[in-house]
Amino acid sequence: MNERAQLGRSDTIRRFARNRVAVAAMVLLALVALCAVFGPLLLPVSHRGLTRNQFAPPSLVHPFGTDLNGRDVLYRVLEGARVSLFVGITGALISFCVGTAYGLVAGYAGGKTDAFMMRTVEILYSIPRLIIILIFINAFDTILKKWLALHGFGALIGYSKILILVLSLGLIEWLTMARIVRGQVLSLKAQQFVLAARSLGQSHVRILTKHLLPNLVSVVVIYLTLTVPAVILDESFLSFLGLGIQAPQASWGSLLSDGAQVINPLRSNWWLLVCPAAVMSSTLLALNFLGDALRDALDPRATR
Amino acid sequence: MPAFIFRRFLSLLLVLFCVVSLTFFLIRLAPGGPFDRERKIPPQIEKQLLAKYKLDGPAHQQYFDYLRDLLHGDLRLSTKYRSRSVNELLAQSLPVSATLGLAAFCIATTGGIWLGCLAAVRRHTWIDTGAMLAALFAISIPTFVLGPLLILIFALKLQWLPVGGWGSWPALILPALTLAGPYVAYIARLMRTSMLEVLGLDFIRTARAKGLRSTRVIYKHALKVAILPVVSFLGPLAANLLTGSIVVETVFNIPGAGGFFVNSIQNRDGFLLGGVVIVYCALLVVLNLLVDISYSFLDRRIKIQG
Repeated sequence: MNERAQLGRSDTIRRFARNRVAVAAMVLLALVALCAVFGPLLLPVSHRGLTRNQFAPPSLVHPFGTDLNGRDVLYRVLEGARVSLFVGITGALISFCVGTAYGLVAGYAGGKTDAFMMRTVEILYSIPRLIIILIFINAFDTILKKWLALHGFGALIGYSKILILVLSLGLIEWLTMARIVRGQVLSLKAQQFVLAARSLGQSHVRILTKHLLPNLVSVVVIYLTLTVPAVILDESFLSFLGLGIQAPQASWGSLLSDGAQVINPLRSNWWLLVCPAAVMSSTLLALNFLGDALRDALDPRATR
Repeated sequence: MPAFIFRRFLSLLLVLFCVVSLTFFLIRLAPGGPFDRERKIPPQIEKQLLAKYKLDGPAHQQYFDYLRDLLHGDLRLSTKYRSRSVNELLAQSLPVSATLGLAAFCIATTGGIWLGCLAAVRRHTWIDTGAMLAALFAISIPTFVLGPLLILIFALKLQWLPVGGWGSWPALILPALTLAGPYVAYIARLMRTSMLEVLGLDFIRTARAKGLRSTRVIYKHALKVAILPVVSFLGPLAANLLTGSIVVETVFNIPGAGGFFVNSIQNRDGFLLGGVVIVYCALLVVLNLLVDISYSFLDRRIKIQG
């Protein structure tokens, strides 16, 4: 069993490595992540604050130009990358936890419980979720701020909007995950090894965690890679409308919204829009490529 | 079938009830009231205002009153646009949003289906590669990037089309394209995959063997089957167009219902927000139902059970 698993894994890695586009996407993502973490530290200190050098077009000193307040756009984009990537990854992880747990329980329980739980998912599907989340975030932001202040997390108050964003985005993006996991569990449950484990007297919890969960890993990982760009997009949507991340903090969405606002017929200031858009779009593209490639690598039947 | 529609109608009522209740209480949780201004309003006037907009009394009383008014089709007065009713505001703005949404819907479906078919038929030519590459890029560019970029190119640099606004045909082109863009790409990809699959099936070979013209084989025989995945995407498409229209209306300064949405949250205008949310949710549920019904007509193998 162990040997076969090993073999399967090396096979997967080989199939993945053969896909050049996927490897390129991986390298690009690693680059963006590294730049987001270390980039802001490496740029000269003079790039970090406000200057009088307003709306300077891209040059060697400022590769992405400067904005309304004379800030370096490259620095802002890297700072925004930190926020956007953090929100995307954490949100996807939350959705992963909720969705997997929900799908596991629904699929394994079966019968009326399953029907009720899936009916709920269907109803939640038919609500324009981003619209509800907008209201939710605005309602709970102050409440979270008060709670943080009361319980001695004063340092986090500035980040309360990001925290609530991550939480709520994670809590709305789990529906598809739950559906996929449930479908898998339904087919796994019918297999002999579950019956064997059950007749050996293992508890339901043990079967769920030790037998079913490991079999779900590949499906869940694929979907996780596809959830990250979805959450990043949601976040930038909210920030673009001015209801997400707020100045002076930046995310890709809020930078794009700033860029869109300063467009005018006399001076287009195109770099304020094009530079963050290019970085964000290529990251999303790479994530989508990666998800597709993982699906191809992990599922040999899905040959194209 | 009637039982199915009835059950979906019940679920629509349930969805609307949940959404209305959520909106009602969440907007009250948010800090600040609808009448907060820079200068404090005298308590006497504030009391009268609250009474006029039926915002006095205990919360649960207000809630039940609101539900009763909704059942009578009264969406109440907007607290921001003083003494204008939400019904009136929506009646003015919804046709605008609907026009934009419909235009985008047509562009997305016809454009996507046509591109997808073309790419599938001309497989492995530069048309195919080019179309699919363009589709990939279009998918990863969000609406709020595409909109300003199109404005930058077509309105500011080339000056072919107006920057924004509403009321003339040219003004509709850019917003509709922006809204439809990513979905043209998505549908084209769906269509190509499914068309390729269908073109390999036996009945297509039979049709070709009978000597039918290749265009007829593709558009008459293959398309009918290959279009199914696209039809099942129409439900999510409607949802995405609804949410997307909020951004597009903001970017292009279009006086539609989407703009009210953001406004009413910022102004704590609970009743306007409630109205917009109700309309959007109802639309979404009804559109999804229509998609499900049309699916059973297109594919006779699928039977809807009551």
